[in-house]
Amino acid sequence: MRIRVGHLYPEYLNIYADRGNIAVLTRRAALRGHQLDVHAVGIGEALDPAAHDLLYVGGGQDREQGLVAPDLAAKSDALHAAHARGVAMLAVCGGYQLLGRGYRARDGSFLPGAGLFAHETVAGEVRMIGDVLLECELEPGRTHEVAGFENHAGRTLLDPGAEPLGRVLHGFGNDGASGAEGCRLGRALGTYLHGPLLPRNPWLADWLLSHALGHATGGEPAELAPLEDELERAAFRVAAERARRRGGRR
Amino acid sequence: MGARLALETTAARTIGALSRAVGRGGGTTLPGKVLWKIDPSAVDELAARLPEGVALVSGTNGKTTSTAMAAEILGDGKRLAWNRAGANLLSGIASALVAGRRAEFGLFEVDEGALPEALARTRPRAVALGNLFRDQLDRYGELEIVAERWRAAVTELPDVTTLVVNADDPIVGELAAGRQHTARFGLDDPRQSRPTLQHAADSKYCVRCGTPYEYAAVYVGHLGDYRCPQCDHHRPELDVAATDIELRGLHASRFRLVAPQGTAEIELSLPGLYNVYNATAAAALSLAVGASLADVRSGLARFNAAFGRFERIPAGGKSVVLLLIKNPAGANEVVRTLEIGVPPVLVIALNDAIADGQDVSWIWDVDFEPLLEHAALVIATGERAAELGLRMTYGGLPSERLEVVPSLEAALDRGLGLVEAGTELVILPTYTAMLALRGVLAERGVVRPYWEEQVA
Repeated sequence: MRIRVGHLYPEYLNIYADRGNIAVLTRRAALRGHQLDVHAVGIGEALDPAAHDLLYVGGGQDREQGLVAPDLAAKSDALHAAHARGVAMLAVCGGYQLLGRGYRARDGSFLPGAGLFAHETVAGEVRMIGDVLLECELEPGRTHEVAGFENHAGRTLLDPGAEPLGRVLHGFGNDGASGAEGCRLGRALGTYLHGPLLPRNPWLADWLLSHALGHATGGEPAELAPLEDELERAAFRVAAERARRRGGRR
Repeated sequence: MGARLALETTAARTIGALSRAVGRGGGTTLPGKVLWKIDPSAVDELAARLPEGVALVSGTNGKTTSTAMAAEILGDGKRLAWNRAGANLLSGIASALVAGRRAEFGLFEVDEGALPEALARTRPRAVALGNLFRDQLDRYGELEIVAERWRAAVTELPDVTTLVVNADDPIVGELAAGRQHTARFGLDDPRQSRPTLQHAADSKYCVRCGTPYEYAAVYVGHLGDYRCPQCDHHRPELDVAATDIELRGLHASRFRLVAPQGTAEIELSLPGLYNVYNATAAAALSLAVGASLADVRSGLARFNAAFGRFERIPAGGKSVVLLLIKNPAGANEVVRTLEIGVPPVLVIALNDAIADGQDVSWIWDVDFEPLLEHAALVIATGERAAELGLRMTYGGLPSERLEVVPSLEAALDRGLGLVEAGTELVILPTYTAMLALRGVLAERGVVRPYWEEQVA
């Protein structure tokens, strides 16, 4: 099966090794006999809601984020339409912020986002930097842990009722206070966690692939054959231990 | 020397000696840390007493090597206070000032984040600024934040200070705009250009208008001969240029140095284009503080390696080559140096202490792939060995050519066991992994601890 991935602004949003996430999706798809076709979607290019099974938005430095934000806001309708038809999405760090309603800078100015996720981000005084460990329950009764690294000054406040990606076990999370991290809206996930996110959290990579396959076939999320993942588990254990020991401290 | 300061520095020196005597190792920053704690203004006072003044070197990559090269060029004629072991915060500078009490000239490498305070306290005659790459974002924050602090600090400098800048870096080159005393250095040899900008290239958008630059030549990361197609912001004329560059694998390089003082043929016993940048920076800085072209040529010819950056250490009929990696731009250059002849066994060591960067995501921005294609075996080691193993695996390295050995010592022995007598084992360590590997080799008596290499 061919899985079509739209990678938004790879030239601009690539600061935390976002290509590592793409490499993980590509290889894990290939090991199951599927082919990942990744297309860059740049500034000023039309986004066809039906052209992709998975959309990816990475993180960038403030300057680069400022350069892409107006374009992402202009793609808001297409993003909503893609989401409504079941396209899977992963947005990391800056991309996660920009998929919300917007970013309130320290000088009070407001940078509007795509408005897909029900959240708003406010610039904070102190950066939240460190290892993070989350507990996620994307399907009722099935919990998984996620280990990653966060580095953000923005505090992202979810609207009441909005679902986080996970609960913070160690680390700061969205705002350093609520215990929530990231956002989950159907098949769309947003998170501050990089490291990159997917290599040591293979279950999450597979979750995204299975939903992308669901969109590609026009049906339910696909079952994926399990992989060995010995190294993945070892890397997860070290990262989780780091989060327990030093996550969420200033 | 004022009585109080004399007492403080004596106490600080004693503590350094004690630290070494009790075997805690190094002691290179401890005296300075003490002095820095009791009296930060002592740095200002000690620096002001140096009869020939101070020069500073900063930048993301190459500052230890550039500083050591400048020390080799200048140290022939001057007694130097110099933070040779790379302790480059204010406390490290304080230590070097304390240790070099009879010095005539201060030469200090400075951490990018500490540069504004170091400039204010040491009031240097000349400052060499090499480059700004994305580096340990958990420690330094975004590149633009560092750049902004540098801009502010540079505007505070008196007119007499000479600003030596790498004109091939758009952000760094721009710092010299409008200043009275400047030396702009860079490379001028399009044959050494990379075909395209690399994945991790940073400042590829015009510093004035945000349009992507067009490059006539890309040398290292985003460093090169750039021009903005929109507003015409472009690389300024070079005052000190490296031309006719010839790279000779893992062993040496040569180039022609073209400066206002004339031209010189430079021989370097270091590999890689990034070391040509380091040498050009050291040359431009040394010329700015009065060295002759002959000093530059002979100093660079004598230079062999800066602490841990590129070292060849004998180990029982074989040798270990340590090539420090710490961020994508630097690691990409190390990869490029090795591409000419990929060693059959390669050890890569990833730690995640503060000095390495706790955020290890940078390894995914390094283009390791050219090595993975050709190396018969990659041994991933260090505290984050598994993470590194994943990077290699997802980069396409088959599992039969990958070994994950978290213990550095075990990985060293495994690697040494695999290379043939008379050949060398190439190791790419992050900073604390390099220290630990050097420690293991020191225990075996093959390398002297670095603090014993410091000759007063």
